[in-house]
Amino acid sequence: MEIEQLEKVASQVRRDIVRMVHGCQSGHPGGSLGCTELLVALYFERMKLKENDGKVVFDMNGKDEDLFFLSNGHISPVWYSVLARKGYFPVSELATFRKLNSRLQGHPTTHEHLEGIRIASGSLGQGLSVALGAATAKKLNNDKGTVYVLMGDGEQQEGQVWEAATFAPHHQVDNLIAFIDLNGQQIDGPTVKVMNNRDLGAKYEAFGWEVISIEEGNDMAAVLKGLYEAKGRLGHGRPIMVLLHTGMGYGVDFMMGSHKWHGVAPNDEQLAAALAQLDETLGDY
Amino acid sequence: MKKYTFTEKKDTRSGFGAGMHVLGQQNPNVVALCADLVGSLKLEPFIKENPERFIQCGISEANMIGVSAGLTIGGKIPFATTFANFATGRVYDQIRQSVAYSNKNVKICASHAGLTLGEDGATHQILEDIGMMKMLPGMTVINPCDYNQTKAATIAIADYDGPVYLRFGRPVIPIFTDPDQKFEIGKAWMVNEGTDVSIIATGHMVWEAIQAGEILEAEGINAEIINIHTIKPLDEEAILKSVEKTGCVVTAEEHNRIGGLGDSVAQVLVKNKLVPQEYVAVNDSFGESGTPAQLLEKYGLDAKHIVEAAKRAIARK
Repeated sequence: MEIEQLEKVASQVRRDIVRMVHGCQSGHPGGSLGCTELLVALYFERMKLKENDGKVVFDMNGKDEDLFFLSNGHISPVWYSVLARKGYFPVSELATFRKLNSRLQGHPTTHEHLEGIRIASGSLGQGLSVALGAATAKKLNNDKGTVYVLMGDGEQQEGQVWEAATFAPHHQVDNLIAFIDLNGQQIDGPTVKVMNNRDLGAKYEAFGWEVISIEEGNDMAAVLKGLYEAKGRLGHGRPIMVLLHTGMGYGVDFMMGSHKWHGVAPNDEQLAAALAQLDETLGDY
Repeated sequence: MKKYTFTEKKDTRSGFGAGMHVLGQQNPNVVALCADLVGSLKLEPFIKENPERFIQCGISEANMIGVSAGLTIGGKIPFATTFANFATGRVYDQIRQSVAYSNKNVKICASHAGLTLGEDGATHQILEDIGMMKMLPGMTVINPCDYNQTKAATIAIADYDGPVYLRFGRPVIPIFTDPDQKFEIGKAWMVNEGTDVSIIATGHMVWEAIQAGEILEAEGINAEIINIHTIKPLDEEAILKSVEKTGCVVTAEEHNRIGGLGDSVAQVLVKNKLVPQEYVAVNDSFGESGTPAQLLEKYGLDAKHIVEAAKRAIARK
């Protein structure tokens, strides 16, 4: 897909995000908006997905396809929107987000059999371990697919992440690309103030990872280039860590760069102000 | 009283290791994981024959549970192994979210459960694991009674699609069940038919129950002994059928009296048929260092205590 097309998808995904969290007056718009370019680039351009007659087909085991895991499950709005826009389930279902009897639970789950989701996430720090298991299964199955996993930067404060970070190079899990969404914010404030992670790149390098950075994580061309570079480093005995620098709330001016929009929904006026900044490119749900 | 004799004593964890050895040869999807306790879990024969299907996780149990959940995505059947304390309490949230809620086909296999690991003391003697695991929706909880039953259970759970907690232990105890038994998840085993009291036991306590049955028989009391190896799902039918006949129950388990087999049985009785029930279980305390026999005696879990409990239950009829 051309960059312009991907950017159009991203704009619609951002509209979906703010409309979803507005619709239920809850959810996490900030991190969702910040990771929009990454998820659009992965699903609409970089990932090899199972398709039938040009339409994506969901298979839990994901044999011979690339897999994506969302460890910081609270940014479910961006994932749900991208999955729906990609064709995994009807776009109209986005309207049910966080409502009773919905398959679009506050945090992603397999419990409701939503196409595209392979593990529950929400309680932080578990996704990297799960992705390592899935990547290991691919190796055991001689499956050439790549496993992608996204974590938050606040999430790096969980101890389990570092268990997984130790495991991956030891077992040479080199069919995995992990991302940290470096937006520098978490619920209680800037990450450096709440609990300073210090130099995550140096940490992962010391653990034996191949580390690359995408400095402009909200620039589609930069994200595509970074993903291309990451993919090129697979298969050399080391797991790949991509430090993705994003802006929390990116794309909606009054939500940008502040932890205040981590888990707060816009009111009617704020929704209108946000939508005025985002082109409706694919039609609202 | 049906006679149970034995020619050999072994630990149930060795039954697990033997079961894994068989699975390694029979089921190419079985993968073993361990958190730096390969010798304690008796995994050497499996690893020797299937090195590519063994994943050493180091002392990182949380990661091991997550990796196990991920392995199921790709059709593998992971057996995640460590001591019962580290396999449950330490990683409860990982099991809850990545395994149970996600309905992943992970087998959590836990050795050194209960008091009878002995000298290591209370830090390692988990007495709350059955309760924690049975509270998780969709989790199957199995606590076999000897080497042969543990081996059979290990092989059986590979064919069951869903999360399982398999609990076994360290002490050597008599092997008294059939080496060729077919293990049926959720199906109680009638150890001895009787009429005066139902002794419902799980894990290491089944052998204690058999000894108690012999003591009771000498005193003219005819005990029915039932082995509940699967605590969840519970064989309610077998329990109710037994109490219809005997009119009172003793439950026996190497676990806290809160949240274990006894409470599961009590729920069945409260809902269906109220009969007196006596608990043989640890009385809401932690354990301590000692030999297995000393600990069973001190914490009220040996045959003598089952006999006393049976008499109390009968007296309350």
